[in-house]
Order: sequence, then C-alpha cells, then structure tokens
Amino acid sequence: MLFRQWRFFLVALLLSLPLFGIIGCTSQQSLKDEIKITVWHWMTDREAAFKELAKRYEEKTDVKVLFELYAPSDAYSQKIRAAAQGTNLPDLFGILGEKRDFGAFIKAGHVLDLTSYMDENNAAWRNSFFSKALAVNEFAADNTYGVNTGVYAVPIDIMTIQMVYNKDLLKALGLNPNKPVLTFQEFIDIGKKVKENNMQGLVSGWGEVWMIDCLANNYAFNIMGKDKVLATIKGEVPYTDPDWITVFGLFKKMQESGILANGLVTMVNKTAEQLFANNKAVFAFNGSWCVNVYKGMSPNLNYGVMLPPQASDKYPMAIWGGAGSSFMVNARSKRKEEAVKFLKWLTDIDQQAYLSETTNNLPANKNSLGKIPPVLSSFAKGMDYATHPNVWGVTEFSAVIEAFDKGIQSIIIGEKTPEQVAAEVQRIKEREMNKRKNR
Amino acid sequence: MIKFKAALENYVFVLPAVIIFSIFYVIPFLWVFQLGMFEWDGILPTKIFVGLGNFKEILFQDTDWWRSIWNAGYITMIALIFQNTLAFLLAWACDREIRMKNFYRVIFFIPPVLSEVVVGMAWRYIINDVDGANIINKMLVSIGLPQLVHSWLNEPKTALTTVALVHCWKGFGWGFLIFLAGLQTIPKELYEAARVDGANAWHSFKNVTIPLMIPVVVLVAILTVLGTMQVFVLIIGLVGGEFAGHTSVPVLRILASMRYSSRFGYACAQGITFGAILVVISFIQYRFSKRAKV
Repeated sequence: MLFRQWRFFLVALLLSLPLFGIIGCTSQQSLKDEIKITVWHWMTDREAAFKELAKRYEEKTDVKVLFELYAPSDAYSQKIRAAAQGTNLPDLFGILGEKRDFGAFIKAGHVLDLTSYMDENNAAWRNSFFSKALAVNEFAADNTYGVNTGVYAVPIDIMTIQMVYNKDLLKALGLNPNKPVLTFQEFIDIGKKVKENNMQGLVSGWGEVWMIDCLANNYAFNIMGKDKVLATIKGEVPYTDPDWITVFGLFKKMQESGILANGLVTMVNKTAEQLFANNKAVFAFNGSWCVNVYKGMSPNLNYGVMLPPQASDKYPMAIWGGAGSSFMVNARSKRKEEAVKFLKWLTDIDQQAYLSETTNNLPANKNSLGKIPPVLSSFAKGMDYATHPNVWGVTEFSAVIEAFDKGIQSIIIGEKTPEQVAAEVQRIKEREMNKRKNR
Repeated sequence: MIKFKAALENYVFVLPAVIIFSIFYVIPFLWVFQLGMFEWDGILPTKIFVGLGNFKEILFQDTDWWRSIWNAGYITMIALIFQNTLAFLLAWACDREIRMKNFYRVIFFIPPVLSEVVVGMAWRYIINDVDGANIINKMLVSIGLPQLVHSWLNEPKTALTTVALVHCWKGFGWGFLIFLAGLQTIPKELYEAARVDGANAWHSFKNVTIPLMIPVVVLVAILTVLGTMQVFVLIIGLVGGEFAGHTSVPVLRILASMRYSSRFGYACAQGITFGAILVVISFIQYRFSKRAKV
C-alpha cells in the first residue's frame, strides 16, 4: 500500500516537472554572460548595420553586444510594456509613443537618468548632439509629467517629416521640377492639373492617424503660432477658435482641389511609400527615413524635399523633427555602466557616420554629417524649422487627439464640416478636462 | 478513508493541468475584472481606483464604442445571412452525388485557413483602384454596369459592407464543414421513407433536412456571432484601421484604449462589457434554438 502511494506521488511529481521547467524559463542571463549587453530594437533597416557595429565593439572592448530585432513597431511596443511589467527589460531599449509614456517608464524606475554622464568632461557627450535631438529625450524643470529634470535617453539619429515631390511628374504637369511649391494656394492649384492628367497628388499614411496629426500641427503653428497651439493644449483656447477652423478648413480645400490621392484616408505609410517610389504620386508627406526606403524600392527615383507649403505669412512654417530613434538604459540592469559606455561609443563620430552612410538616416552627432546624399541633406536643413510634441512640455488628451485626427478624416471624406469637427473636438476636450478635475 | 485516498490520487494526476489552466486562464480572467475598476497606464506600479467609473463611461459617454458594436453587429448580420446560407447550400450540394465533390470540399476550406492579414491585403489589392488592380470595377464596366463603380474601400457608404463581404468569403468554409458533417449524420433511410411516402425533393428538404439540421444551424450561428463580432485583423489588412469610425469594431477600440490612450483599465472594462454582450447574445440564440426544436 505504501509503495503504491509513493508510486502515485512520484508519477504526479514527474508530471509536474514540465511546469517547473516553464516557470524556470526566463530571459535572465547566466553568470557566464555577465559582460553581454542586450539591446532590443524595432529598426529592420538597421539590423545589419547594428550587428556590424556590435562586432566592432566586441573586437575593441571584449564586451559582447546582442541586438535583438522585434518588428513591426507595434509588436515591439507591446513587448517592451510586457517586459516592463515583468521587470525584465534588456540593458538598452527604446520607447515608441508619447512623452507621457516615456515619463511613466521613468517614474516606474525603468530608465536610468543620464544627466551626470552627459555633463562629464565639460558636457562633451551632451554637446556632440544636435540640441533639438537631445531635447526630445530631456525633461525640463516643472514639466507636467512629474519627472525629475534630466536627460533620460540618447538619440541615435535625427529625422524631419516634410514633403517630397517627384521631379519627373512635376515636369510632366508642365511645372518647373527644380522649383518646390512654396505657398498653399500654389499647392492646391496643382490639384486641378493632377486631376486633369489622371495622376495621384499627395500620398501619405493617413490611415495611420498620427501622420494627419503631424501635418495638422504643422499648419497650426504656421497659422496661429506656437504659443496659441500650446495654450489650446492647456485648455486656455478652445478648438472652436477661428484659427483652428482655418486649420481644419485647409484639409477641406486640399480634398476639393483634387490634390489628395484617392483612398488617402485608408492608406498605410508603406503603401504611400510604394506609390511615390513607383512614380504614381506627385507628392508624399513622409519622414527622412523614406530616403533609405525609396533607395531600396526605386534607386533612380528623381525627387526633391520641401517644407509643407505655407498657408500663412504670419508665423513660420513648422515641421516635426528631432530625435528619430533613441535608446535608453535599463535602470535595473546589472550592466548599466557598460551599457552607457556602449551608448557613448555608438553615438560617437565614426559610428554615427557609418550608420548614416549604410542606412541613409541622419546622424544624431552633429560632427558626423560626412557623406550623406544631397536629398538627405535637404531633410537635415529642415531641422531649423523643427519642433516635436515631446519638447512642448504639455500633452494633449489622447481622446482629443483621436477625435481631432478622425475628424480630419471625416472632413476629407466629405462627412463633416470643419466647424462640426471643431465642435466635436472641443466637446471631448471639455469632457476630459472635467474628468481630470474630478479625479 | 480508502475512497478519500483514491480520490486524492486522482486529483494529484490532474493537478499539473489545473495549475497551468489557473495560471494562464483563470487568474488573468479574474485580474481583468480587477483591472477594469482602475485607471492604469500599464507601466506605473500605482493604479487609481475608479470603481465603476470605466463602465459608466463605456455605457453613457463612449459613442465610439457603441458605434463599433453597431458596425460589428452589421458585419455579423451579413455573415449570418449570406455567409451561412452560402455555406449551407454548398454543403448540401457537396453532400449529394456530384462530380469532383471531394475537390470542392478541399477548395471551399482553403479561405478559412489563410491568414487574415494575407486575405485582407490580397482583397485590398483586388478591390482598390489607386494601390491595387481595381478588378471589381473593371469587371463591372466590362459587363455594362459602370454606374455601379465605387471606391469600395474608401467610401463611407460602401467600406463596411465590402469588409463584411470579404469576411463572408473568408469565413464560409468553417460553416461549410460543420454543415457538411451535420448533413452526413442524417440517416439516408429517412429520405427513402419520405420518397416512398410521395415526398418530392423540396418536401424532403423542408420536412427532413431542415428539422434535423436545426441544432447544427444553431451551433454555426453561435460560432458565427462569436467569431464575427471579434473580427479586426481583416479590417486592418483591408482599410488600415478604423476609417474615421466607419470600420471601427470593438476589438480595435480595445486596442486603441491600450496602445494609443495607454488606458489599460478602461480597455479591460471594455473587454468585460464586450464579453457580457456576447454572452447575452449567445444565451438568446440558445433559448431561441430550444423553442425552434419544440
């Protein structure tokens, strides 16, 4: 009887072993791998370049660096959040999303404050970057995110989001291919020619609503200036203000002129890139990362870069720009110091020049401009006009942003007027502000 | 005592499975209910207790949520009517002695096993004019119906119906398989007896096939409702997202709450609400089927 009981117990124990095996499977590194730095990223176009740099770093320092790619970016974001909840983030990682999310990661203790490292040796590391690139990763004093002042991440490239134009198609329309469109009126006048010639005008990933948000904010800065835009976000100016209705009205004018490509509202950015690269669209609204994309799709594509055509002379045109991709150090990592050293090396002149030349992205180190293609230089010149929501110090409610972007989609498909969208956005703004007040 | 020990031995055998089930299903299920009562961004260790605040917001303020339920309901109605009718007719045809019926059985089951992303992107290419082959419109023009030409996925009036029809194409194979299995369980003797009694094909269908297939029809209807209400991957492949709310469905709203708004607690509350709606619909279908059997 006793033997029978023990036999059953042993069988039960054996059946449970796989369970313990599953629980035991974690991403913790063994003692043997203590000098290995793990980096999680989402940049498919830079995977090969990162691996080459990791090899060079190991040859130089005997420190292994393991780049792990998790794409697409949505999947990467979810992986990072899950890892944060399980406190098993890698040594180096990036955060995709708004500054509010970045702030939450910092407050949760996941991100190392890099300010002291930045300020070593007379701020040598800090001064090597374009200031606008570093500003995206910095939290200023009295920020609304509740984060201590400091620099919390390091940019590895910079980017700007502008318009690109197909020189061959502009020539086919009877326009000067070397003269970019400067004013909004000229831009929508081209719409008539585009329609007559059965072409597609402007393509962009407006199915992914953040790109609508980007262009709308660019025009908001141009029409009403930065201060009024930020005052709106703070709740001091309503979205029903005439200037905001003018901003919404621009999209109506673009749609009516025929300058917008068919199906723009359901288009993802990859499709927009394919259309522009295949000479099917005259204009595209895209970021500087598109240089590498177009080079891969259509190496002989003849195109130029321009700011979005200005709708007003009152304030300068603004574009979104700054840090493209950034890496931060896991504050709980046992290899913090090695991770920081690797980041310093990665953002040094030679490595930044290598990344720029092999991946056609703009370097974050201002001394690394090196040999970049002329079209990439045009994107770099746009940095003078660059701003970014992450440097504004305030964040709009996500429900308001969603209503704003969907509202513009509704204007483009002819469902709503600019006034209706403005009223709807303001209603949601007031609801969110009341919710915050009552909390 | 001996009985207790025997029982204990049995429980020890199932213990590993119960533990795994509890860790990966039961605990997360209960945790979702708990999270639904908090405002949480998914990152910070602290959560703000809001009680039923999230549920109140869903029920009384979130018009986008109810629009998504309506859209999913519309796609489901199209699936219940067209998809299942097609599946039933094809299963009935393949149950008879027709040529190449085994070939058809294989072909009809290919769409359901394809990836939804692939189906969405392929159909987008077939349907769209700018970034696709525009095949549907070209066919309409060639058969003399140019007045029916539309930008099917880019017009508010046609986008949702187009999504629903593509979903029908993708989904009818499952219903076909279940209907076919159900038809094959009907004893042939019943049809022979009906023929002997003077029944023609229509009478046999009405008085033998349909009554005996009611349990199968109910099963397929319940599965169709549960599966179709949760559609979202196909929509992302076809139209990229919510298209100003016209192709918004509950799962996309839940994802938006999690990913774009960073409101994990609210997303959990939406999930619970959605689950409750599906349970109620399934219960109503089940009660209806019991009455239909009687």
